[in-house]
Amino acid sequence: MIPFTYERATSPAGAAAAAAKPGAKLIAGGTNLLDLMKLQIETPTHLVDISRLPLDQITETAGGGLRIGALVRNSDLAADPRIRSRYAVLSRALLAGASAQLRNKATTGGNLLQRTRCSYFYDTTKPCNKRQPGSGCAALAGLNRNNAVLGGSDHCIATNPSDMAVAMRVLDAEIEVIDGIGRTRRIPVAEFHRLPGWTPEIETSLKRGEMITAVTLPPPPPGVQLYRKVRDRASYAFALVSVAAIVELRDGRIRSARLAFGGLGTRPWRHEAAEARLAGAAPGAASYEAAAGVLLAEARGHGGNDFKIPLARRTLLAVLGQATIA
Amino acid sequence: MKESDGWDFQPTRRAVLGAGTAAAALLATGLPQGAEAAEPEAPTPVPVTLEVNGVSRSLMLDPRTSLLDTLRDHLALTGTKKGCDHGQCGACTVLLEGRRINACLTLAVMHDGQKLTTIEGLGGPQGLHSMQAAFVEHDGFQCGYCTSGQICSAVGMLAEAEAGMPSYVTANLAEHPPLTEVEIRERMSGNICRCAAYPNIVAAIRQAGGTPA
Repeated sequence: MIPFTYERATSPAGAAAAAAKPGAKLIAGGTNLLDLMKLQIETPTHLVDISRLPLDQITETAGGGLRIGALVRNSDLAADPRIRSRYAVLSRALLAGASAQLRNKATTGGNLLQRTRCSYFYDTTKPCNKRQPGSGCAALAGLNRNNAVLGGSDHCIATNPSDMAVAMRVLDAEIEVIDGIGRTRRIPVAEFHRLPGWTPEIETSLKRGEMITAVTLPPPPPGVQLYRKVRDRASYAFALVSVAAIVELRDGRIRSARLAFGGLGTRPWRHEAAEARLAGAAPGAASYEAAAGVLLAEARGHGGNDFKIPLARRTLLAVLGQATIA
Repeated sequence: MKESDGWDFQPTRRAVLGAGTAAAALLATGLPQGAEAAEPEAPTPVPVTLEVNGVSRSLMLDPRTSLLDTLRDHLALTGTKKGCDHGQCGACTVLLEGRRINACLTLAVMHDGQKLTTIEGLGGPQGLHSMQAAFVEHDGFQCGYCTSGQICSAVGMLAEAEAGMPSYVTANLAEHPPLTEVEIRERMSGNICRCAAYPNIVAAIRQAGGTPA
């Protein structure tokens, strides 16, 4: 770690103002930031500790949803009875991520802001456009087994590793942010994470000097909620492919389906056209294959990660099969 | 809970090394390994008070000091181990305000005024914690390097299960999860044992948790 100075924030707007200064960064749980600071991949010269701000409550919204404070721990969010009963896909996704120790520290806002990353982002001896813009991407022709098959560019194919964010996407969450003079705005989760394009170092639409204060969930959509994660070991590993699904059946047909994916894309992936392909369809392999075909039409492997394309198809078929068992 | 096993009065080689490291960190520039000369000087040490195993400990620390390094290098509580130092192995697991965390991935300064329990605080030769005794009884280790992390993690895990917190393998999110072997293995996945003593670790935890196999 390079040296830094430390301050403890006393208000959300004050924290946002302090974080707007050159070299400053917010720290909450710190599980991703400190990991990267030890490797000098992140090099803040000033840390603004927001971990004691009063943003750790989950409250009901007037519209029938829930407002989750940015500092609610991943473990507490997964265990909350309202999340477990009404937003099971979110609880399941959180429990599929990281380890119990990390979930006890990691926060809702911090989880959304963890870096989109691959092994070359961590390897400071190799080029990485995200770590060092313009240096090149070692993953494109390198070891890319874990990299993205959707949403990549010629500059970056790193995956966003968050399970939580995949569930947030399928639930159409909104992210509340505040700036240094107390102005607030809401960002739909669909617009929060960015595609890498030419600027993979810019991962979110959060502006410098803005801080996440809460994530709001709309009322739960009708239907069964599932989260399926496929990975190299049974626990504590990033997804090779994960599927969040909310499927509503009516009169023997699929009334609506929402699908989001982890491990496949350079950001938490949602595919409305694949969902539309399922709406009104009869449950069955033919419908599921058609939806998978839409989802993966533009998927592009880079050698090591080619297997993710058929794996995504099979995982989606399995999840839809499970969701539509009467 | 007691402070530690008499470290202040029995200078061992480890204690002398630890004290030297602590002094160096305070007096010298405190640059990390591999740091380059062009970097700014180390920031001014900041006051930090932690309640460790029931004893208030006040220190002056470089803000960069992890909770793990604080325990080992500044408080000579070397029961907490450094494995990967990146939150992947669980060897540094301690209980912060009763909840298990990786001490390597947090800064001591962030926990000013908070309560910490380490393996030394759970019990010692004069009186083992039931989890420590169960690990001994079931031979829940081989080399022992991961053991303090396993034990602290297991104590935190039992509290989580007791509180009804679900896990990835909990079949029904509406139920109070049962403490089965599958549940224990999933809940302990943040603690790696490279000797692969897992069957005995699980047996020890089942016994301490009141659900012997």
